Amino acid sequence: MSHSTKVSHLSGSEKVTYRISGKVHYGRYFSAALIFLGLALIVRAFWVGHIRWELVGDYLFGPSIINGIINTLILTAAAMVVGIVLGLAAALMTLSQNPVLNLSARAYIMVFRSVPVLLQLLIWYNLGLVFPTIGIPGLFSVPTTDVVTPFIASLLAFGIMQGSYTSEVIRAGLLSVSRGQSEAATAIGMTRMQSLRRIIIPQAMVVIIPPIGNEVIGMVKYTSIASIIQYKDVIYSAQTIYYTNGRVIELLMVCAFWYLLVVIVLSILQRYVENYFGRHHKR
Amino acid sequence: MTFTVEIRDLQKHYGTFHALRGVSLEIGQGEVVCIIGPSGSGKSTLLRCINQLETPNAGIVRVNGDIIGYRLEGDELHALPDRSLAQQRSRIGMVFQQFNLFAHKTALENVMEGPVIVRRIAQSEARQRGLELLERVGLADKADSYPAQLSGGQQQRVAIARAMAMDPVLLLFDEPTSALDPELVSEVLQTMRELTKSGLTMIVVTHELGFARDVADRIVFMDQGQIVEAGDARDLLINPRHPRTQEFLAAVRSH
Repeated sequence: MSHSTKVSHLSGSEKVTYRISGKVHYGRYFSAALIFLGLALIVRAFWVGHIRWELVGDYLFGPSIINGIINTLILTAAAMVVGIVLGLAAALMTLSQNPVLNLSARAYIMVFRSVPVLLQLLIWYNLGLVFPTIGIPGLFSVPTTDVVTPFIASLLAFGIMQGSYTSEVIRAGLLSVSRGQSEAATAIGMTRMQSLRRIIIPQAMVVIIPPIGNEVIGMVKYTSIASIIQYKDVIYSAQTIYYTNGRVIELLMVCAFWYLLVVIVLSILQRYVENYFGRHHKR
Repeated sequence: MTFTVEIRDLQKHYGTFHALRGVSLEIGQGEVVCIIGPSGSGKSTLLRCINQLETPNAGIVRVNGDIIGYRLEGDELHALPDRSLAQQRSRIGMVFQQFNLFAHKTALENVMEGPVIVRRIAQSEARQRGLELLERVGLADKADSYPAQLSGGQQQRVAIARAMAMDPVLLLFDEPTSALDPELVSEVLQTMRELTKSGLTMIVVTHELGFARDVADRIVFMDQGQIVEAGDARDLLINPRHPRTQEFLAAVRSH
């Protein structure tokens, strides 16, 4: 498939024409063929394997599955909001001159990045064992298990864990904005808050958004762990169904389909958001 | 007589480095003062202490009679809250060596930002005034361009318009042409020349001796954190009295 062009130039007074033949990329054709072969084998294996694909189709839009994926999305969104708010606060605290704020933010990041999120989830969910009731002494008091529902326990575990990671991302973003930007903002009479909100954070977004996008995508999948404390996410719904009918793989495939779809949509959204915040970089 | 700027015995240390060793200077209304001197002599530090981008270790700065950053009670200086200091800074324009335009805002938005956010002027009014100012620095057609789309000289002219938008009583220029390609220096100097005609009080840290000679009322020569010599612009350039001034001028001119 080599293509050729003709190039002419003058050599002395005589006109000479050369043919140029492009490189032939044998390696590319070979590797592509290899991958197609591999894919074909995998597809065949699943086709002849013991999966009833028509059942996958039947359950795909079943009400409890749809309800499950909605719960997955709700938990993802809520945990990311908590994570970003905590992350921003912790990032500003680590950049603060105040040693108490600085140290407590660093301790927070240290603790919640070190303990596995599954462990955090179990601790939050079992908080009732330590504190049977919570409230303000003398004012009101409620049983802990009424407050720390599977949703609240998951929100706390994932949100607080996420905050400790996101704070590092936000800190790096804030530091990526040159000092001159905040000096210029200070010089026209902006307060520190105005300068952060109007000048620093919008520019830091260019650096912050791509990793946050990855973290949102990560969170979609992290939330599946919440199924072990009976949060009714998509995996919990699938398990509830296959405990009764035994179609395990079919229902897990349904879950896989939904995660794939959600992540693809989020990836496309991420591209748009990145372009929006990076628009001033275009010349 | 009250001065627009009154600097009294300013001291600034960076660790063990003594950047300003007791600088005092008075500048009258409408005066244009150029500060020259070798690098590390404290010129920029002095400028940055005037609007408290750097906090001096001792000494005070008065602009239009107000002590910048402090409130005098009896014989005690109390640090002002951030908001009040920000208000004081908003009347002191500053133009930076690296322009420092807000990178995520267009030229017009850069000029409007201060009036809208700090002064709380209506968008439409700020836009009108912003366009006038861009017109004045010759960039009306660049209103919707982002800084990355502008040349260094254009960026610096937008930065000047941004400073002017706050109706400053004083404009500070920190080596405004030092980061520019040689062929872009003159357009910025031309814009600054225009400003001097409007009777604005200006302090310009610069290496452009020609500009200083033409527009400055006074030149201040600094070395090692002190004012070595100050005087009438032409006079100081032609007849520098202090040997260090003579040395500096000879070195600058010989290249």
